Amino acid sequence: MGLILDGGIALLTIGIAAWTIRAADDFAAVVGFVAYGLILTLAWTRLGAYDVALTEAAIGGGATGVILMRAGARVKPAPAARASKRARILVGALSAAVAAGLAAIVLLPPEPAPSLALEVREHLASTGLGNPIGGVLMAYRAADTFLETVVVLLALFGVWSLGRDAHWGGRPGPAPRAGEGGALPLFARVLVPAGIVIGIYIVWVGADAPGGKFQGATILAAMAILAGMAGLVEAPATSGRRLRWLLSAGPIVFVGIGLAGIPLAGAFLAYPPGFEKPLILVIEVALTVSLAAMLALIVAGPPERAK
Amino acid sequence: MSLAPLDAATLYGLMGAILVGLGLYGVVLLGGFLRRLLAFNLLGGGVFILFGVIARRGAGAGFSGDPVPQALVITGIVVAFCATALAITLIERLAEDDGDDASGGGS
Repeated sequence: MGLILDGGIALLTIGIAAWTIRAADDFAAVVGFVAYGLILTLAWTRLGAYDVALTEAAIGGGATGVILMRAGARVKPAPAARASKRARILVGALSAAVAAGLAAIVLLPPEPAPSLALEVREHLASTGLGNPIGGVLMAYRAADTFLETVVVLLALFGVWSLGRDAHWGGRPGPAPRAGEGGALPLFARVLVPAGIVIGIYIVWVGADAPGGKFQGATILAAMAILAGMAGLVEAPATSGRRLRWLLSAGPIVFVGIGLAGIPLAGAFLAYPPGFEKPLILVIEVALTVSLAAMLALIVAGPPERAK
Repeated sequence: MSLAPLDAATLYGLMGAILVGLGLYGVVLLGGFLRRLLAFNLLGGGVFILFGVIARRGAGAGFSGDPVPQALVITGIVVAFCATALAITLIERLAEDDGDDASGGGS
């Protein structure tokens, strides 16, 4: 029974992916890609990776989908330059060969399967966390997580840099049309408070159960975007000093605690014994706030009007 | 080495392999930056799923999967989002500058 469900999900995912590739117009392809993200989320839950499923749903499908929709509406479809038949056959054969190679790796796995699960279990208690993935992200591979937040910040700088010179430091997106009625402002007023609570909960529960700062921050960012789309709040000027501190607070706290680990615990990003949980909590809270702001502003796009 | 049993991990592993192939085909052959970017993300989704399969097969010590590859995938999804967002903004800006009218940017 379970296998039938898995087979169905797998076939559906492949079907949607093929449809996204073949779709006649760009907007249809974007819609196909969003559906692909959602169905992949199901695959992740079937693989027992609930933390990843949350991330895929929030960031892979949700946030990426919103930006793609923005682009799909703005970018004029490219003139269809169909590749020659020979090129299609050649590339098709090459792609099929890559897929076959990967399939062979899947079908002939090494014995026993490589795993670090035992090591993670052994040391998890010392982090004070119950969620092994949280432990990996915040302790064993903290350097990855730190660099990842810096990557998000750099991506935001990149997005800002792509605005027109005249708008540097200005506000992203079109000016809100105030006083507009309709369902969206009401919807935002009802959903945003609940969404903020859910976002904070996802961050908090991430210590012991599936969840975490990236997933929670994405939900918080989505609430900010929704409030902005409904005209309830205006996008901030990207040159604002307070905004820039908000964005950099997370990485600064993370690198500060990481550097303090050199004298106190003997290594960069090591936590002194006994203080692991509170320090991880401080980092997570600071990162959540900064990440939510970064993600919302990345989705909002480059500045498009003067401050 | 022996053939893997037909279970959920193997099924999704084969799915991931096919997704990588489909994405690769699209990245190389599709016209238009937006479509290539979409194909690149399809490819990425397949790679992540392969990580998930490795994690599933490494399940042990009371976990439903090896947490290390799962954590790597979470990092990967966030970084892929950042790269995609940057690429989309580039594509939008290109379209804005290419167009004969500058009104397409909504500014």
